[in-house]
Order: sequence, then structure tokens, then C-alpha cells
Amino acid sequence: MTSIGIVAPQSMFFAKPLPLQSGAEITDYTLVYETYGTLNADRSNAVLVCHALNASHHVAGTYSEDAGTTGWWDNMVGPGKPLDTNKYFVIGVNNLGSCFGSTGPMHINPATGKQYGAHFPVVTVEDWVQSQARLADELGIKQFAAVMGGSLGGMQALAWSILFPERLRHCVVIASTPKLTAQNIAFDDVARQAILTDPDYHGGDFYAHGVVPKNGLRVARMLGHITYLSDDDMAAKFGRDLRSGSYQFGFGIDFEIESYLRYQGDKFSTYFDANTYLLITKALDYFDPAKDFGGDLTKTLERTRAKFLLVSFTTDWRFSPERSHEMVQALVNNNRTVTYAEIDAPHGHDAFLLDDQRYMNVVRSYFERAYEEIDGGSLKAGASA
Amino acid sequence: MNFQQLSALRPDLAFIAHWINPRTKVLDLGCGDGVMLDYLQSDKQCSGYGIEIDDKEIPLCIKRGVSVIQRDLEAGLAIFADNAFDTVLCLSALQMMKDVEGVLRDISRVGREAIVSFPNFAYWPHRIALLRGRMPVSKSLPYEWYDTPNLRCATIKDFEELANEVGLEVVERVALSDGEPVSFLPNWRGSLAVFRLRKKQ
Repeated sequence: MTSIGIVAPQSMFFAKPLPLQSGAEITDYTLVYETYGTLNADRSNAVLVCHALNASHHVAGTYSEDAGTTGWWDNMVGPGKPLDTNKYFVIGVNNLGSCFGSTGPMHINPATGKQYGAHFPVVTVEDWVQSQARLADELGIKQFAAVMGGSLGGMQALAWSILFPERLRHCVVIASTPKLTAQNIAFDDVARQAILTDPDYHGGDFYAHGVVPKNGLRVARMLGHITYLSDDDMAAKFGRDLRSGSYQFGFGIDFEIESYLRYQGDKFSTYFDANTYLLITKALDYFDPAKDFGGDLTKTLERTRAKFLLVSFTTDWRFSPERSHEMVQALVNNNRTVTYAEIDAPHGHDAFLLDDQRYMNVVRSYFERAYEEIDGGSLKAGASA
Repeated sequence: MNFQQLSALRPDLAFIAHWINPRTKVLDLGCGDGVMLDYLQSDKQCSGYGIEIDDKEIPLCIKRGVSVIQRDLEAGLAIFADNAFDTVLCLSALQMMKDVEGVLRDISRVGREAIVSFPNFAYWPHRIALLRGRMPVSKSLPYEWYDTPNLRCATIKDFEELANEVGLEVVERVALSDGEPVSFLPNWRGSLAVFRLRKKQ
């Protein structure tokens, strides 16, 4: 299927300080974003796509003829794709603290004139949503047709529905969770420890030392990657296959799975920022919108107005279907319009990025139906959230 | 979707639709492609949810604007509060349940009224098949004995007993043949048994 073609990122500077959940603030900041498709006359066809841990604003299309520059959700977003850019105006935005263009740890802190490094304030999912809302204001979008995301992106979509109930008509939450489990947090902390204890981390100021805590990043990524795949998928892809046909009786690479994970880790450590990894895993750990409501997710979602689509994957043990059931239950308790699909896919958490026809059909059908609210470039009466 | 469209597509559902009051809350267990809820939402301004397990039905429901939740019936019922619905529909699905009694009890828990339909095993072609010594295969029971999803075979008389036991009283009992009610010898001539039930006070 054809892609949207060559795209270019844009950026917007915000001079007004952003107060953060922690009580700190970011003095000023830049958000990098991309848009695909055309905003209609009454600005009712905008969809915000929120990204997960290691992705960015570059959702769809390419930066050159090189297919290696393809956006992370190009199979989902584009002309004729499930989220059809012939109908919708799609926005991808890079989150604060990231290392792909928006203000993050490697940028200059105006207060000190030095790179933020480890002093970049800890940002939360809700902080990201607040910053995204400011971008929407600047783009003249009062209400999104939908806010959508997978994994950590799904948490942002959920947070949108709670923080700005009137600003989205649909909330699409895929392979996500209303909060991390102790096991999820444990994995995140091992990843952080790998980075924090790498001698090249230098307390977060490794930029000044001209080094990168590569080993820490590698281990963090290897660990993360294990949680993205299912046991069965790993067994099918790698099994106990040996790299060179026999045991080496050493501590080098024996098994294909070792080779694969090391390759993934090496690749990741060349382009991802260690401080960003720490920040984003903290945002994951802290996400728990029900915390302010005595842990009651039903009460938390009482204020939502959007219609919901939730999708989970049966072999996802990172954010398992049970986590989606909790959200469906809380939405049903509130009498919300909610559709839930549970896809029996073998690929674990990563399934949300892959082409499963059942999954793609669910999302496609949902956006087709949602588009019926928009007629001839403007929103039909009574269709707003 | 209007009544004529529903009648053309599914005469059995069109018959049942008369029993559902406008602007009420409906739960459709095993909602299939969502055609019944689509009709009830658009023509009768009803609201509610459909429960469906089959992957290929989910996008069809979504296209119709039906709030479908992909779970099996037992798990699907568990998420709803007591008396959450005015009417619970369980149409041509009960016979596929392992725990029919448990599902019926849960139906009576979440709904004030229920409409349940299932293929009538006492339909005369089925009786003739059995007299000939063979398991019946018909339009309403289209499967061979070894590959049927229908775990439970019941007749109109059988069902009434169980309904009473789980706290549901029979308000109406109709046997349909090709979507038309059969009044003479219904347990012989009706291929689909339809019960309108109400929770006992």
C-alpha cells in the first residue's frame, strides 16, 4: 500500500512557561510535530497520534527515498490506511523530554546556559497532554475527532479524555493500561539502574564528557525488548537456534536470541538518549490517573465525554488484556459508549505496531464510522463530545 | 436502519423487536453483526452494548455504530451491574453455552426483562430424523453432530422449566417458523423457540 510520501517536520516555540505536575516548570520549550492530510473548514477532522517510549512525531511517510526513514506507524496512518489521511488531518507530536527534536535533556537550560542533562524536570503523561493541548490551541483545533495511541501513547489518549473531556470526540486506546503493575515498574527500574550505574553516565552530564552510557542503554533496551515480545513469538522466531551450529563454551554469543537482542541494544544505543530513557520510564511508572480518586477508575472516568475504542492483544503480557478489561469495566460503569476488541495475535505487546488484518479492520471500521459524524467538511449537528 | 430493512434481513428479529420499548437500555448477548442493536438504536433510540466473541463480526458491529465488547458471554455479562438493562437479548446463542443455567441467572441479574431464543429440538423434522435413527440436520440446526457449536439441545417445554428455576417468569412464548409465529402445535411446528421473560418479583 502506498505511503503518504515524503514529509517534513515542523516546530513551534512556546515562550509561556509550562507548569508541571511535580511543581517544577519548563521555562520555554519547542515542540516538533508533523501533520498529514488536510484540516477541513470547521477544523473537525483532526486526529492526534501520541507516541510510545522510543518513537516520535514521525508517524507516517518518509524523509527521503530511503525506506529506512519510514514513520513508526506508517502501516496505520496514510492515504487509504486505517487512519485515512484522505479524510483526516493527522498530527504526530514529539513529547517533551524526548531526544527527537522537542525540548529535552540535550537542549540548553535557559536558567544555566548549559545542557539540561539529568536536570531536565521529570515530566508526566499529564504534562505531555497539557503541552499537546497548547499545540492544538496554536493550530486552531478546539476539538479533536480523535486522540489515539498505543502503549504509552494510549495512556496519553486516556489522559486527554480525563483532562480535556470536551476536546476529543473519540479516544482510541490500544495495548495500554490505566496504570503500571509492580512487575512493569520493576522492569523499568532495572533498565534505569543499567543506565544510572554505567560509568559513562556521569550523573547525567555525559554530554560534557563526550561519551554515551552505551552499555546501560543497551541493557535497558534488551530488557525492554523482552517485554515487548511473547514467549511463543520468541520461540517461533529464535527457538534455541545457535549462531554457529554448536556451543562455544564461553560467554560470547551462542544463541540467535542473544545475537538479536544485542543487535537491538547496539542499534538503540547509537540513537537514543539515556536521560530521555530515564524520563520516559518515569512517566510510565507515575501514570495512574485514578490515584487522585482513591484508586477508583470508575470515578476517574466519570468526567470523560468521548466515545472509546480499546484494543488489546491476547499475548501481550506487558499490558495484558486484563488491563484493558479494567478500563472497559470503568467505562461501562459510567455508561460510556465503548467498543472493545481483543485480538488473538501471537506477537505480544509489539502487536500494536504490526499488520494484523483483524486489528487493522477494527481501527479502519472505527475511523470510517467516526467520519460519518463529519459531512462535507463540517461536523454534523449533535456530533460533538 | 428502519423496520422494513430489518424485516427483509432478519424476519425473526423483526418479530422480536416489537417487544422492546423505545428509549430503553438493551444488552445483546452474542450480537453477531450488530443488526438488532443497529435497528433499535436508529429506529427506537435505544442504547446499550453488544457482546460478541467472533473476530469477523467485530468490524461489522463497529461499522453499524454498535458498542460491541469482544468477550465470551460469561465474562461479558460479569462486567454489568444488577438491573443495568431494561432488556437483555440472548438470541440463538444460549444453545452454545456450556453453563446455560449460570448464563440465565446472570441474565436475570443484569436485566429486568429478557428475550431468549434457541432452535427448538422438538421441531417435527427433528423428531422425524430421530425416529429414523439419525441426529437432525435442518435449516435451524445446520450442523452435523460431530462439528456442531450447539452444546445444548432443548425443546420449548424444557426451557420453561429452567427459566422458572432461575427466577424468570415467562411473559410470552412463541414458536417461529421462517420468522412467522406458529400458534397450532408450536412445539412441533416451530423451528425457533422465543421466550419473553421477566424477573420474578
